[in-house]
Amino acid sequence: MKLESNVPSGPLEEKWSRHLKDLKLVAPNNKRKYKVIVVGTGLAGASAASSLAELGYEVSTFCIQDSARRAHSIAAQGGINAAKNYPNDGDSVWRLFYDTIKGGDYRSREANVYRLAQNSNSIIDQAVAQGVPFAREYGGLLDNRSFGGAQVSRTFYARGQTGQQLLLGAYQSMMRQVHAGNIKNYPRHEMLDLVVIDGKARGIITRNLVDGSINRWQADAVVLCTGGYGNVFYLSTNAKNSNVTAAWRCHKRGAAFANPCMVQIHPTCIPVSGDYQSKLTLMSESLRNDGRVWVPRDPEDSRKPNDIPEEDRYYYLEEKYPSFGNLVPRDVASRNAKMVTDDGMGVGETGLAVYLDFRDAIKREGKEAIAAKYGNLFDMYQNITDDNPYETPMRIFPAVHYTMGGLWVDYNLMSNIPGLFVAGEANFSDHGANRLGASALMQGLSDGYFIVPYTIGNYLADVDLTKVTTEHDAFSEAASSSSETLDKLLSVNGDKTVVEFHRELGKIMWDKVGISRSKEGLEEAIEEIRALRDEFYENVRVPGDATYYNKYLEFAHRVADFFELAELMAVDALDRDESCGCHLREEYQTEEGEALRNDDEFSYVSAWEYGGVNGKLNTTLHKEPLEFEFVELKQRSYK
Amino acid sequence: MSEMTINLKIWRQKNAKAEGKFQDYKLNGVSEHMSFLEMLDVLNENLIKEGKDPVEFDYDCREGICGSCNLVINGRAHGPKHMTAACQLHMRNYSDGDTIVVEPPRAKAFPIVRDLVVDRSAFDRIIEAGGYVSVKTGAAPEANLIPVEKDTADEAFDYATCIGCGACVAACPNSSASLFTGAKLAHLNSLPQGKPERDKRSIAMVEQMEAEGFGDCSNHAECEAVCPVGISISAIAEMRRDYMKAMF
Repeated sequence: MKLESNVPSGPLEEKWSRHLKDLKLVAPNNKRKYKVIVVGTGLAGASAASSLAELGYEVSTFCIQDSARRAHSIAAQGGINAAKNYPNDGDSVWRLFYDTIKGGDYRSREANVYRLAQNSNSIIDQAVAQGVPFAREYGGLLDNRSFGGAQVSRTFYARGQTGQQLLLGAYQSMMRQVHAGNIKNYPRHEMLDLVVIDGKARGIITRNLVDGSINRWQADAVVLCTGGYGNVFYLSTNAKNSNVTAAWRCHKRGAAFANPCMVQIHPTCIPVSGDYQSKLTLMSESLRNDGRVWVPRDPEDSRKPNDIPEEDRYYYLEEKYPSFGNLVPRDVASRNAKMVTDDGMGVGETGLAVYLDFRDAIKREGKEAIAAKYGNLFDMYQNITDDNPYETPMRIFPAVHYTMGGLWVDYNLMSNIPGLFVAGEANFSDHGANRLGASALMQGLSDGYFIVPYTIGNYLADVDLTKVTTEHDAFSEAASSSSETLDKLLSVNGDKTVVEFHRELGKIMWDKVGISRSKEGLEEAIEEIRALRDEFYENVRVPGDATYYNKYLEFAHRVADFFELAELMAVDALDRDESCGCHLREEYQTEEGEALRNDDEFSYVSAWEYGGVNGKLNTTLHKEPLEFEFVELKQRSYK
Repeated sequence: MSEMTINLKIWRQKNAKAEGKFQDYKLNGVSEHMSFLEMLDVLNENLIKEGKDPVEFDYDCREGICGSCNLVINGRAHGPKHMTAACQLHMRNYSDGDTIVVEPPRAKAFPIVRDLVVDRSAFDRIIEAGGYVSVKTGAAPEANLIPVEKDTADEAFDYATCIGCGACVAACPNSSASLFTGAKLAHLNSLPQGKPERDKRSIAMVEQMEAEGFGDCSNHAECEAVCPVGISISAIAEMRRDYMKAMF
């Protein structure tokens, strides 16, 4: 496997503009001769599909939800970063780039991250033109707020519903192209396989989730925008249907999977309340702008939070990180929450929570001002926990939120399978070992609006594609292998449900491949995952059959893929004998308990090649070295 | 923590053409902290273990924002709690021994897929007819070139928060989609960006709504009462005004 990053030469500021000049174009009247499939209709998918259709390509979109508007991007609360520097606080493209690459603990490509920062401003322009109702000041101009990991206010927001508003903007653009006849839209269709012919991506296999039929779709390029794989942990902030299947099936067809162990654990989520828990709810990171994080200094302190005086409260983030305080990046905040709860200082019934307290902010600004900023989040919290955060501190705890790893792509966002492009959370490209807040929306839209539409043209203009139909042997083989996978799961008829298996898998992952990892724990995790996977195929019970709407069958094949991915994540975490960003190996910490990188040996992207599962997952590591020409690698410090 | 026994009457229907009926279930050990959908998850785990067909229902984010869930609970879309989607409803709103009736949202324009799952693609087609600003990628001017009064922006936002769940249709005696359609029109028509296409948009979306088989609005305001994000019925007044202006 050869992994060429294809990063253009030249100064950092000029790489993308020079590349745009060099990219080959497809003539307008030829574009309609090319079919492009876009899988997933979140921010990356909807923006790529609408932009490609505007250019004239014949586009088809597929999503598992009943409407393209419901993709999980919709749940993003906090905001989207851009280097507009409207507040005049010294922001710039360079600074956004630098914060992002530093926030990622220097495990991403300089050129990709710089381009992301460059595109950020165009995204805001585009969204505003679509009618996305960002927050505004009284003068009628756009408002900004600050967010974790940055010392400038560069986050644009739409109350606590920024993801929803940006997605609706992209979805509406997409529906405009559906109306114009340039997009054929297929909701409730799940991608089950990638069809590769002559080494190139030439189509997909889907299952119609309503009637169960297996369908074949031919194309000249496939854009995968199917999101992240956080649900491997069972409990996460991801939507219940988010899954790795489309990406994993591409991996099985030869696409390298990069940095699978890089998982972001978000610090401010509502804690687990019982075994029946089906998902975790995020409280936007923006709450840390005004909320103060603390635990009682004395682990035995059983007083109610409001009865605990100032001197007995341990504001651990403010004490340890005086310059960033409660606004340290997510990985740092999560790790510290784990440390204080490991030390017995956790609060609530389970002891697995810390306080996020608005008492001082309410005293300073008044209840109304706080309600204007966070009202909907406070309501959401109260609705779930039955506690009133205006009166008593919130209880929060970290939860799995985002996966920085994903399918490997080059600078053009093309995987190592020519013709297979990967955008948004599904690729590995921009966030390294840790993503900063308000940058997932930015990346999804940068990829979809401003990168893939150009780079796909360059691919199609140059590539020699033989004419194929869905009768080709490769389509038949992929379609029958999809059916066989489903039949196999249905035929086991064991005693344990898919959810029970998934929950057990999630527990292994959370305990041993979660916030902190050790060599010993990872080795145990690998053994446990293998044993549980074997049991799954001997003892799972999937109800019904494959000929109708059957959600538990969908879950079953997604969990089957999670079982393979889980092992790869542990293998990757074990290989990376260093700590970086969210990947904390207990053996490698600074004296202060921060992630201790080993740049000499691990300054690379790990890209894994699938080799089948035979009791164990066979996988081969390929390394893409990361070279830093423009930034100096430093120990991250937020003190 | 108290545990409850809940009696359920759930609509079961194999597909759009099959006949449906209510089926009774008794569920023990329901925690007050469970969400309504987690309670149904537990029921389904039991059914699967007993070798029976689980109840199909739509959901995804379980945070009240994706609009997938759309259960009608004891005759009310999304259940008893004001401005709360079914996925955010918790069992502490019920008592031990309660009987709860769970149905799909019923409307001609929302054919049943299976059990509680319906096809809401009619909503997509209403948006497709004109629920957008026609701006191509890359053609946008600098974002701060067009100031928008804060009040206007905030009002547009209130309408833009619609999650497209269809509760308004389920609650309306006429199965009207006026609140859904009106909300998108009010969002876009009120902003400077949406003004140039206001007339065209208003006509196209209203006509598509009618073509989909949704009924007319006769001001019952049931839609506003059940809307999980609190869209105001004034959206419908604005829709009528914009439609009439566009027609004459």
